[in-house]
Amino acid sequence: MASKPLTLYEKIWADHVVERRDDGTCLIYIDRHLVHEVTSPQAFEALRVAGRPVRRPDLTLAVPDHNVPTTPRVDAAGRALPIADPQSAEQLQALRQNTSDFGIDYIDAIAPEQGIVHVVGPEQGFTLPGTTLVCGDSHTAAHGALGALAFGIGTSEVEHVLATQTLLLSQSKTMEVRVEGSLGFAVTPKDVILAIIGRIGASGGTGYVIEYTGDTICDMSIEGRLTVANMSIEGGARAGLIAPDDKTFAYLKGRPMAPAGEAWERALAYWRTLPSDPGAQYDRSVRIDASAIAPSLTWGTSPEDVVAITDRVPDPDSFADPSKRKAARKSLDYMGLTPGMAMQDIPVEHVFIGSCTNSRIEDLRAAAAVVKGRKVADRIRQALIVPGSGLVKRQAEAEGLDRIFIEAGFEWREPGCSMCLAMNPDKVPAGERCASTSNRNFVGRQGPGARTHLVSPAMAAAAAVTGRLADVRDLMAGN
Amino acid sequence: MKPVRQVAGTAYPWGAKNVDTDVIIPAHWLKTVLRSGLAKGAFETVRAEPGNVFDDPRYAGSPILIAGENFGCGSSREHAAWALADMGVAAVIAPSFSDIFSSNAFKNGIVPVVLPQEAVDRLIEVAESNEITVDLETMTVTTPFQDRFTFDLDPFRRQCLLEGLDEVGLTLSKDTAISKYESGVASARPWIKVGAGNESTFVHGAGRT
Ligand code: SF4
Repeated sequence: MASKPLTLYEKIWADHVVERRDDGTCLIYIDRHLVHEVTSPQAFEALRVAGRPVRRPDLTLAVPDHNVPTTPRVDAAGRALPIADPQSAEQLQALRQNTSDFGIDYIDAIAPEQGIVHVVGPEQGFTLPGTTLVCGDSHTAAHGALGALAFGIGTSEVEHVLATQTLLLSQSKTMEVRVEGSLGFAVTPKDVILAIIGRIGASGGTGYVIEYTGDTICDMSIEGRLTVANMSIEGGARAGLIAPDDKTFAYLKGRPMAPAGEAWERALAYWRTLPSDPGAQYDRSVRIDASAIAPSLTWGTSPEDVVAITDRVPDPDSFADPSKRKAARKSLDYMGLTPGMAMQDIPVEHVFIGSCTNSRIEDLRAAAAVVKGRKVADRIRQALIVPGSGLVKRQAEAEGLDRIFIEAGFEWREPGCSMCLAMNPDKVPAGERCASTSNRNFVGRQGPGARTHLVSPAMAAAAAVTGRLADVRDLMAGN
Repeated sequence: MKPVRQVAGTAYPWGAKNVDTDVIIPAHWLKTVLRSGLAKGAFETVRAEPGNVFDDPRYAGSPILIAGENFGCGSSREHAAWALADMGVAAVIAPSFSDIFSSNAFKNGIVPVVLPQEAVDRLIEVAESNEITVDLETMTVTTPFQDRFTFDLDPFRRQCLLEGLDEVGLTLSKDTAISKYESGVASARPWIKVGAGNESTFVHGAGRT
């Protein structure tokens, strides 16, 4: 009898069960653990107190990103500059000390490979298909773009993984999000994921692991897939997977931490067995027509508040659900918007191009293509470009993208999370509005009172040069 | 962890939907290397509004919080659970929770109680002026008015709460099974070793011991 067709998720799960308890909870082995400075100090401290070692330091990689300043980090002689905020400095020092004490690979803030943990993992080949990968950060979902079962965990779980290299988990339900058709002019993977979240809602994926399928996803670059998988958590799903294919393998080959030689060949043979079997069943399926997606953005304070750039600010009364009506009214009040306004008439004061969603080389290229030969509009107070890693930054500089941005009036920064969560000095002041390529438009996310509109890099660039939320297609039509 | 059998007392009758972790504890409070002291930053943006439920003396120090669907969505920061615990909250009642938040809540002895919206609405009404009891033995939420709502919990998590078990300690007792799994992987999937077959793998800072 043929065995039951399995999904990618079920295959990875099955290969990582150390032990199944009677109540169905499984002890799952973790192949890769990424650590950053904000969610790890309390975990290391707990290990120290209990006198426990890190079980597999060799499967763990640490890099500071959330709290590092994005202004220059070294002086002319290459010496590290002090960090102004004493609390940030303390967290960075704690990570340095903890990784040293427990023997964990560590990329320092001034190392050329430093960057946002979710940019660094794939870039170094630390992230591999078919592995289980965790990090104390909800956007760990991003690594699912390479076919890794990757999800965010809390600090107690960070401690659990450090001590045991396992987690106790119950199997999630599966959801297929199938995206088919070709994307319209200037429509990007960011618009695709915003459209998906707009459709399923901010809690639509709760309890599920999403698998993104369909020709639109297959046609995306690895960078584009990372953008899509990254925001799975904004739809409530702890993880988002994309089946590994030849593009994935070509992307990984030769990366410093990827297998090589015979190990590579064995890995490849295994990876090819991973894609979901024909006829595999999902608990829920959603279909998205890619050709119907326009450049998209958010109007409110939940990532599900998505409209097309050609739309208007919705009227809260138009929502059927009373709690949604109430939430929409509050959102509009916070955002300083009135129902019926054309999205394109909304002026902005800040532009942020960065974050683990959109700070890779393709994102910077897409933004530069819009900016080239133009200037940042006068009303813009700050336009920041924060590359996802030192390697992305160098690549962009080699391509001359930094000149395009700087000449137009952007600030060209050092890699880190920056204005995505406003933990370092990069913040949007209260009451001011930002077109941002990040992933969360929550109240206060980019600073207390900050108003965020989530957009693609090309749309953020269009906002920078026009001083308002603009349809990038109008700017690019003549090019 | 202390065992949790029952959480009883006043409750914040809040009901807000899609409460994200940036609302529970804003990012600038995360620059700490400690677990304690986060109550000061809890619900900072909500508390900036006059007449908010958290500064209402009737509910000061309540062990229960009642919220709307998708409570704790957003980031994985366990600081959200630590902040609630620091406020003295030991149970949150809502129609649904984000997966990461509910896992963080359990690990800090906070019971995430899932009840249908109608039950939540009723409890908000009751909590305006009465106490509520969440009982883990009977798996019920009750009020002084004969309301009785039953809820479900993952059996393993319920056991951990009832017995106050240390999950890391429990898993460490499975050391043999983990070692056996690891040796199986070493032969079946040797490429799992970071940089397998690739001697040029960089090692920064500390390196491996
Ligand atoms: S860039 Fe933003 S979303 Fe990504 S890891 Fe950093 S803070 Fe989290």
